[in-house]
Amino acid sequence: MEVLTTVQKIMLLFVVLILSGTIFITHSPLTYASWNNPYNAEPEEDNILYVAFSSRPKHLDPVRSYSEDEYQYLGQIYEPPLQYHYLQRPYTLEPQTLTKMPEIVYLDKSGTPLVEPINHDQIAYTEYHFELQKGILYQPHPALAKDQQGNYYYHSLTKDESKPFKSLEHFPHTGTRELLAQDYVNQIKRIANPALHSPIRGLMQEYIVGLKELAQTLDERTKSSGKINDLRNFLVEGVKSTGDYQFSIRLNGKYPQFLYWLAMPFFAPIPWEADVFYNQPGFDKNNISLHWYPIGTGAYMLTENNPNLRMVLEKNPNFRTQRYPSTGEPGDKEKGLLRDAEKTIPFIDKVVFTLEKESIPYWNKFLQGYFDSSGISSDSFDNAISFGSAGEINLTNDMKSRGIQLNTVVGTSTFYLGFNMHDATIGGPSERARLLRQAISIAVDYDEYISIFTNGRGISGQGPIPPGIFGYKNGEAGINPYVYEWDNGKAKRKSIKYAKQLLEQAGYKNGIDNQTSKPLSLFYESIDIGPDGKARLNWLRKQFEKIDIQLIIRSTDYNRFQEKLLTGAAQLFNFGWNADYPDPENFLFLFYGPQGKIKYSGENAANYDNPEYNHLFDQMKSMSNSPARQKIIDQMVEILRHDAPWVFGFHPKTFSLQHSWYKNIKPFIMTNTGTIKYKRIDKKQRYEKRQQWNQPIVWPVVLILLCIIALVIPAIIAYRHRERSRLL
Amino acid sequence: MSIFTIQPVFLITDILLFLLVAIAVGYFCYARQHAHLVTPWKHLSKNSVAMGSAAILLAYLSIAVVDSIHFKLPSENYSKEDPHYQPEALSLLDVWLKPLRDKSEKSYSSPFASQLFTKESIEQKNGSTIWDYPSLRYGGVHLNEGQSKSADILIRSIPGVIKGLLLGALVLILLTLYHRKKSPQPLFYHMQQILKGQCSIQWRPFLFVSTGLFIISGIIIELSQVYHVFGTDKIGDSILYQSLKSIRTGILIGTLTTLVMLPFAIILGIAAGYFRGWIDDLIQYIYTTLNSIPSLLLIAAVMLMLQVHLNNNAEDYNSLLERADLRLLFLCMILSVTSWTGLCRYLRAESLKLREMDYIAAARTMGVSHISILSRHILPNVTHIVLITVILDFSGLVLAEAMLAYVQIGVDPTTESWGNMINSARLEMAREPAVWWSLTAAFTFMLILVLAANLFSDAVRDALDPRGQHYD
Amino acid sequence: MMSYIIRRILYAIPILIGVNILTFLLFFYVNTPDDIAKAQLGEKRVSQEAIEQWKQSKGYDKPILWNAEATGIQKLGDTIFFDKSIRMIFFDFGSSDSGRDINYDISQRMWPSLAIAIPTLLIGLTVNITIALMIVFFRGTAIDTWAVVFCVFLLSISSLFYIIGGQFFFSKMLHLVPISGYDTGASAIKFLILPIIIGVIGGIGGGVRWYRTLFIEEIEKDYVRTARAKGLKEITVLFRHILNNAMIPILTGVVVILPLLFMGSLLMESFFSIPGLGSYTIDGIQRQDFAIVRSMVYLGSVLYIIGLILTDISYTIVDPRVRLN
Repeated sequence: MEVLTTVQKIMLLFVVLILSGTIFITHSPLTYASWNNPYNAEPEEDNILYVAFSSRPKHLDPVRSYSEDEYQYLGQIYEPPLQYHYLQRPYTLEPQTLTKMPEIVYLDKSGTPLVEPINHDQIAYTEYHFELQKGILYQPHPALAKDQQGNYYYHSLTKDESKPFKSLEHFPHTGTRELLAQDYVNQIKRIANPALHSPIRGLMQEYIVGLKELAQTLDERTKSSGKINDLRNFLVEGVKSTGDYQFSIRLNGKYPQFLYWLAMPFFAPIPWEADVFYNQPGFDKNNISLHWYPIGTGAYMLTENNPNLRMVLEKNPNFRTQRYPSTGEPGDKEKGLLRDAEKTIPFIDKVVFTLEKESIPYWNKFLQGYFDSSGISSDSFDNAISFGSAGEINLTNDMKSRGIQLNTVVGTSTFYLGFNMHDATIGGPSERARLLRQAISIAVDYDEYISIFTNGRGISGQGPIPPGIFGYKNGEAGINPYVYEWDNGKAKRKSIKYAKQLLEQAGYKNGIDNQTSKPLSLFYESIDIGPDGKARLNWLRKQFEKIDIQLIIRSTDYNRFQEKLLTGAAQLFNFGWNADYPDPENFLFLFYGPQGKIKYSGENAANYDNPEYNHLFDQMKSMSNSPARQKIIDQMVEILRHDAPWVFGFHPKTFSLQHSWYKNIKPFIMTNTGTIKYKRIDKKQRYEKRQQWNQPIVWPVVLILLCIIALVIPAIIAYRHRERSRLL
Repeated sequence: MSIFTIQPVFLITDILLFLLVAIAVGYFCYARQHAHLVTPWKHLSKNSVAMGSAAILLAYLSIAVVDSIHFKLPSENYSKEDPHYQPEALSLLDVWLKPLRDKSEKSYSSPFASQLFTKESIEQKNGSTIWDYPSLRYGGVHLNEGQSKSADILIRSIPGVIKGLLLGALVLILLTLYHRKKSPQPLFYHMQQILKGQCSIQWRPFLFVSTGLFIISGIIIELSQVYHVFGTDKIGDSILYQSLKSIRTGILIGTLTTLVMLPFAIILGIAAGYFRGWIDDLIQYIYTTLNSIPSLLLIAAVMLMLQVHLNNNAEDYNSLLERADLRLLFLCMILSVTSWTGLCRYLRAESLKLREMDYIAAARTMGVSHISILSRHILPNVTHIVLITVILDFSGLVLAEAMLAYVQIGVDPTTESWGNMINSARLEMAREPAVWWSLTAAFTFMLILVLAANLFSDAVRDALDPRGQHYD
Repeated sequence: MMSYIIRRILYAIPILIGVNILTFLLFFYVNTPDDIAKAQLGEKRVSQEAIEQWKQSKGYDKPILWNAEATGIQKLGDTIFFDKSIRMIFFDFGSSDSGRDINYDISQRMWPSLAIAIPTLLIGLTVNITIALMIVFFRGTAIDTWAVVFCVFLLSISSLFYIIGGQFFFSKMLHLVPISGYDTGASAIKFLILPIIIGVIGGIGGGVRWYRTLFIEEIEKDYVRTARAKGLKEITVLFRHILNNAMIPILTGVVVILPLLFMGSLLMESFFSIPGLGSYTIDGIQRQDFAIVRSMVYLGSVLYIIGLILTDISYTIVDPRVRLN
């Protein structure tokens, strides 16, 4: 072969290129930049917190928003009058924008304040008096922008004028103003506005004096003349601002839990300017509304809102001087949680929330250092956690070597298997049904459920109240004696044999109904359609098989499920409750008769109604935490355990992992209070670790390319061979 | 418990599957008597790839058929006067695989494992607890301490191999006898012809593939007595059992979809081509409209609506199985709505051509009725198109099922299907070490079926359509 | 030509109306406005009153087809059908059930979809045609047979597998590209590499097989023999003559899917969290936001019809012998 053909030359060039490319890549300084970094920030200016979100927020209007997905933004942006102390436990409220905790005054029927000693029966109204701090400013926002004459720039735009504003950044002017008491009053009025669909509209109408009347007026006006935006001309009798910094709220009767509501975004201030601004014609076409562009006084403001990709919070330049708390729970100092005491917060300049729907990429990005914290999905669990010889929880060596920290906390929620108490077979106060329910409570082994489906991240429920809430009892005193027995320092589920005995007593020997002599079969309403759903259903069926009961699963969607609960068509169902605030009332009301789902469409999905219990509940509701309250709660819990309207499932435990550079982390479950302002990032350490963990590995790719070439070369030879033979 | 005490249950999809088998057998018998219909099949039987894949397809199909015979077993207190049945309907396959169903572990275990996949606290005899991998309830319990597992597996597979070989030999003998009947040469001659691949029908690849399948199943049957050959899933159920059960779902989606659409496609397609005029316009309008809706969205819309409908009328369906079955049927139906338009178009084009043929024009002038022209002359001449489309669509539909499961608009979540298995395996792959076996099992079972179907359909197309038209 | 196009567009109108009516029936016959409201209002503390208010504010409280209370043309106009369906014909999709403006979201989300779909299509086309031509060159040999079997093998693998496998290998093991995500502008490139590679590889099996049959058909024609007889190199014959003549079927296949590229890839976008129209659709389906699903159905149909018209036009451009009538 005299000269190389063109094809061969090209191939040779190709090989040389690839080889030199490999050598260059593996030896050049380029290698030290990690290729898989999904962000662009320079390491020096990277004082940014990176976290993920898996489902996009729907409504960022604080009057509407009622889910954790949204609170993780709203909590940082909006400031209701109260907040939870970051370090103290049990969770305590502290003033956020107030000078001090609100003053509480009890009034009698005529509206005159009662004096100590107060007779509780005389209390007709409760009044809360608030005093705002001075000098709190809103974030820069076009709604507040004024020209030199003091007129608002953007309050009277026409449809054509508003067209070019595709997002909030497109407004050249922004302005600010001081937070006033009227803004809080305005928001309370907004709760009553039918156009805003506030989920607590019904609840608050019962309590806040005059809110019901306002709601009615607004309903009528809306019907006759369309949606109402500016509420300045409307009044609520019980909510008054007495000056720019003082306001008061008057409630019907006594409702101590109201303070907790005051820490939720429902009571965050909204300036009237925002209502006017956002409701201009044409803005809705560009999604410019309070649902997507909050206006707050908090430490952060939302600067990029792209729920399909990422949400970005940036430091609010107008944020007042606030300091890191100097006191905490015992032990916080040793953990280094007080190292930043009295320093000015916030520490982090910017928070980037990235949309991550699939768990595989989420977990891997966390391991690569691109998310600063991660919840652990059940499936990455073995990777991260190992258990000590006594079952205590540790991080695996791999995690430890990466410096990852683990935080666990039992959340304020509970999952349960509910019985419809209106059902003829399973419900009602009869002994027969009660024994059946007790037997099922034993058979459905939630301890096993926790270990299979949540990898032990949960504690089995002994009653409705989760740990960390007043009224919860630990150890032997706290076990449910109808399901568990205390054995060797541990709660042990009673045996299946015992459950079968109960069943026999109830008249279902071996699962055969002695009245009809047919096998007992129960209906379960399932809404489980996730990847795990099938496994869960099979598991549940097996639990009932243990005591010879046939479980027939009817799968429905969420709407139909709700409807079945409302009409009482459901027999057995799984449900959960996420507390609004850390008070036992918020759990025990789930069994309160007048909350019954069928009759009152309340939250009592089991339709449990026991006069004795109801009476105790009324008593307990308005008490403050004390031994006397504990006693009543104990009585109530005992009634529930005996009647077993639920199989008390479990209280999930949240495990979260943080990288070593993420500081000032303390598990905090009251999601409606923003805590990012307390946290800190060691950006240098993060940069180094990321570099170390993300060295690109190129040789396999080179190998693959070489293999392809190796395949092509014989083909070329064959080609030449054929070509030559054809020519001959 | 005698055979007479069972209560047969007929699911709609069961009936349709049997109908389909009946149609296939009917067509086979019909074709045997018509030389021009036999020729392409003869051609096909000489194609070794086709015969090899046919063996695989046949194996899958027979599992699906066995899994489609449903009945209820009598309950414990059954009596003639007052018959009670267990609420759950089982299939013949379920009964046969009962040992597999019953041997359920607590949670994940890898193939051939004798311990659980995750650690747990185990109470020891002396009362103390340690944190370790607990032993399985069934998998590998027969092993003595220190006994080598691989040696055990090897020894146990030998009887499986032997049984497989014996079954293969049985098939060979049956084939030989079949050919012996046709021509008088000695048995041994026929056997040699088959093994050398010189027989009039390419039995050799068929024989080899089926013997291979027999051996593999033999080994699996032997080993599954004491091991979980494909491991167990999250709640400890056998993956092997799930994969086998999924075969029915896959086959049903692949075949019923076309079965459901055939009448529409054939009638409308032929009518449009034959009658022309406004009928043609109308039919064209219908299929262009349907075709222009993105098929996935149409499927999603209909499945969401069906879900709502099922939930509204939940009382009409007393068992989960029936509901799941109805959903499967609907899935087939809606898949057929999205796929009949292609066939309809081909048939229209073909009948447009045929109607201009001399003999049809002659028949028309002689006053033969439209119906008899359509059924006598046109229909028989388009059957090859129908067949090709049916077989070509099959593999695509099986793959589509997996994708629909991901979007959660596929078969019912309680139905065993490869799509559902893959969908749950997504989470398992994020574990570390990854739970790879259920994904692998689902992919393998699916791949074998789809590969065989694709290879077979290629061959069928070559055989039936020598002119080289393409119906992709 | 012009009159042909106009005729085709006019012909498309009844089809679009058909699609519209069909989707309307599907979505409103079974799924009542009450259901939509409940799905959107969330889980805690939802009262019937809240549902009524929601329906009113979203216009779902109107009669479905005929408003007896209204006067004149409003009898038809002030109904759900007019509001939600007829407006869609003029691409005014209104707001989704969760409150965002659909037109705005579509205009934002189509770019990421295109950023994946167009490169995947172009690279895939080049790769598939090249490989197919190489196989055709070896037609009738064992290489050909095995290549086809291998294609069928690739074709038989579920696309989910390619995605899961690709992420695992390139991102998790080798740290070469980000596992998932998206960015605007030039920094999007590093996020796009992996989806495009996976898209191309996933399409090889089907693509190569299809082009191979096309070329084989072409190669048996007379002009190829003439060209060969002239002593042209096989490569020249393949890449110049055969490729040119096979252009019509290739173009038909490509042009018809071209507009549909807007719709994005459902799986790819979900797995790589790319904010395109594909993941928008999936989101809509999974969150049961029917306003989105409805709009995407309509958009898809329009794009499909545009594709058909474009195909016809492209015929005339590639092959002047074809005349439209």
